[in-house]
Amino acid sequence: MGFILISLIILIGIASYFLGNLRAKNLRTSNQKNLKSLSHYYGYYVALWAVVPALLILLMITSFKSFFIEQYVLSDFIALGSYTETELSLLFTQIENTALGIKLFDENTILINGAVNKLNYINKTSENLTYVTVLGLSGLLVLYSLFNINNKLNSRKIVEKFLLVLYFTCSLVAIMTTVGIIFSLLYETLRFFSQVPITDFLFGLNWSPQRVFVREAGDLDTRDLANAFGAVPLFAGTFLIALIAMCVSVPVGLLTAIYMSEYASPKVRDWAKPIIEILAGIPTVVYGFFAALTVAPLVRDIGQGAGLTVSSESALAAGFVMGIMIIPFISSLSDDVIKSVPQSLREGSYAMGATKRETIVKVLLPAALPGIVGSFLLAVSRAIGETMIVVMAAGLNAKLTANPLDAATTITTQIVVILIGDQEFDSPKTQSAFALGLTLFVVTLALNFIALQVVKKYTERYD
Amino acid sequence: MTDRIEQRINSLNKRLNSEKRFRIYCIGAMSFALAWVLILFLNIFSSGYSAFYRTVIQVDVPFLNLIEDTTQFSEMSSEDINNLSMYSFSKKAIYGLFPDIEEKKDKKMLIRLFSIEFEQEIREFLKSNKSNINETETIYLTASDDVDQVNKGNYPRDLDEDKRRIKDIQLLFFDDLVDRGLVSYEFNLPFLMRGDSREPELAGVGGSIVGSLFTILVVLILSFPIGIFAAIYLEEFAPKNRITDFIEININNLAAVPSIVFGLLGLGIILNTFGLPRSTPLVGGIVLSLMTLPTIIIATRASLRAVPPSIREGALAVGATKMQAVMHHVVPVAMPGALTGTIIGLAQALGETAPLLLIGMVAFVVDVPQTPLDASASLPVQVYLWSESAERGYVEKTSATIMMLLGFLILMNLAAVLIRRKFETKW
Repeated sequence: MGFILISLIILIGIASYFLGNLRAKNLRTSNQKNLKSLSHYYGYYVALWAVVPALLILLMITSFKSFFIEQYVLSDFIALGSYTETELSLLFTQIENTALGIKLFDENTILINGAVNKLNYINKTSENLTYVTVLGLSGLLVLYSLFNINNKLNSRKIVEKFLLVLYFTCSLVAIMTTVGIIFSLLYETLRFFSQVPITDFLFGLNWSPQRVFVREAGDLDTRDLANAFGAVPLFAGTFLIALIAMCVSVPVGLLTAIYMSEYASPKVRDWAKPIIEILAGIPTVVYGFFAALTVAPLVRDIGQGAGLTVSSESALAAGFVMGIMIIPFISSLSDDVIKSVPQSLREGSYAMGATKRETIVKVLLPAALPGIVGSFLLAVSRAIGETMIVVMAAGLNAKLTANPLDAATTITTQIVVILIGDQEFDSPKTQSAFALGLTLFVVTLALNFIALQVVKKYTERYD
Repeated sequence: MTDRIEQRINSLNKRLNSEKRFRIYCIGAMSFALAWVLILFLNIFSSGYSAFYRTVIQVDVPFLNLIEDTTQFSEMSSEDINNLSMYSFSKKAIYGLFPDIEEKKDKKMLIRLFSIEFEQEIREFLKSNKSNINETETIYLTASDDVDQVNKGNYPRDLDEDKRRIKDIQLLFFDDLVDRGLVSYEFNLPFLMRGDSREPELAGVGGSIVGSLFTILVVLILSFPIGIFAAIYLEEFAPKNRITDFIEININNLAAVPSIVFGLLGLGIILNTFGLPRSTPLVGGIVLSLMTLPTIIIATRASLRAVPPSIREGALAVGATKMQAVMHHVVPVAMPGALTGTIIGLAQALGETAPLLLIGMVAFVVDVPQTPLDASASLPVQVYLWSESAERGYVEKTSATIMMLLGFLILMNLAAVLIRRKFETKW
């Protein structure tokens, strides 16, 4: 329904553009008076009146419709007063399904039959009503605006003002997204912390939210909750895997950047740089598959060959693959930074008889250090927020360990484990995922902030 | 004297050697990175290409046993054919491959060489050829996943029987069929067309390709106009004040927020507060467009900034309003850059998995979705789903899905490069 209606509105809009345009031209020839704007601006003016209010009304109707329909259909049940809110909404779903022909009730009572009939009736009427309201409004406004065209109306100003407001609104989406993120995370997190003390979450050593799930709600006491939601093992696991990833990506990325900017001929650079950047464009789920299916068994076999016990979901495999993923982040950022060190520093160093390596290590790297550190920090924040590799290749059970051959779990893994599939929304288990998400958000934001500050504050200006 | 010279030469040699070593380290590091690109692609391709063909087994189906006169089929509607009871008939047709076997257990084993939908396949054949069915028709039936994997050589035959999914007697049947030339390969069209399935040989990526397509479409419709408008405002119209600064900081921060946080946003706000339907490309698209917006805005702003001021000033000088100068002269010039940024953003969105897991696009969906409001999976989510399955057949399917995903990404990036090469103006 929505699709047809929207297409109709757009059609009306296009038609009214031509109408407005035509009327402006006619006025011009018949009245011999000058209109204030070009004719097509009157076309846009009429089209805006045709489309914008109609779409807004449609949006309002679709967002409030379901609420009113539910109220209307359930009015008999609400009048009885013996149902709670959750029961009512459950009842409504059942009535909806009955209306679709699915048999849910053993025998339909008069009340339910009445409600089903009401639902069918209101669905039909509301659809017709929506069509009439929206299209009628659109048509009326087209007429109004067509007759509004006269030589005092400056439609260009109105159209431009509208565009400006539209552009501004679009740029507000970024703020609304941030507000949405903070609001949704904070809301659930605060509810979580009303049940589980924040200190238990931040400093507790035991993470086993499924225990809360298994027990009956009545059996829960606060000690259970405290013992189930200690996030330290997750922090440790995240840190361990990110550390392994950095151990791989920092030397490789930095040396690659040095090679690209100082040693490689332009030809080598031209094809090697894009190929390495492919690594950044590969979806993380591919790395996850690669880590779980190829690297993890390999690590285990090598480890067992050396007489070590290696878990099949070792932190080493996940961290290693994550490190490979991060290489291009470090290499391209560092490459840019090293290249931007002024040529005079290089030449000065060569003039003193230094070799290339000495120039790089003793002159270029110190000069480029803030940018390089910034790129490391950005890479760390990437590693911490990375999800799919660890979901597919790292462990699922929280265990406090510093052994890279053992299975470790991360913040992101636990969020996915908790929230995948069906969740019941009021349990502390579900809310804990949002608390983890908030932690993640704050940490990555802080890392990015620090990275920017480091780059800004310590970069030396040479020109 | 000679001592000092020797000392100098020694130290010089040392320095030159360390220079050489350093250079080798650098080359080694770069080769390491390049090698992993190669390994990754080889690994995926070598295990994935075989999913694009499938094993079929020729079976002679005596339709005369089903009906007295095969011309009668042409008068039947599809409905009638659907109502025909064909299960035992189809089974008998398969038993016809080995008329000698008597034991019930062996017969069961024989049936298991085929996919569980063998009856359906015969029915479909009947439906599409009902006007000219001969007394006996040769039909290529899909082999079961185990047979498929053995035939492709992906499955070890020399394991103990109780460790294998395929039994000795089945292998015996299979080898005999191979000797009789009844086993062949066919292009795996169903893999590209069908939805997900619990049986690896019947599972396809069609559903998730369509799901991905819908998702990307929603992302395009939402994020392209919003991103470009926002960029135009911030670059061309915004006054330099606190609100603008705040918006800028916000956009840069959003670009660095981990994708899973956007999933939490989608779950908390879009699903639970606004009540949009779970598991649908619509919601997936909304979440992913919020994620790609910063990319598009940043790219578009960069290309707007690259338009020389002389163009703006020229337009203003001949009497255009600010809006006209921007919309008629600056934005068209900046469009290639904006398009490139959008395509790169869309490519990111296409490969994104984590937020989709949280908004429930991991549902097991058998039907190919028809609209963006149907529950569906997407290509990367399909990779995740299948990689969790134990059956051997899903490994090649997963790799093949990855190949298609990578193929789409490469195409999109190529398009971005081409647009940039062809339309970008240098000033």
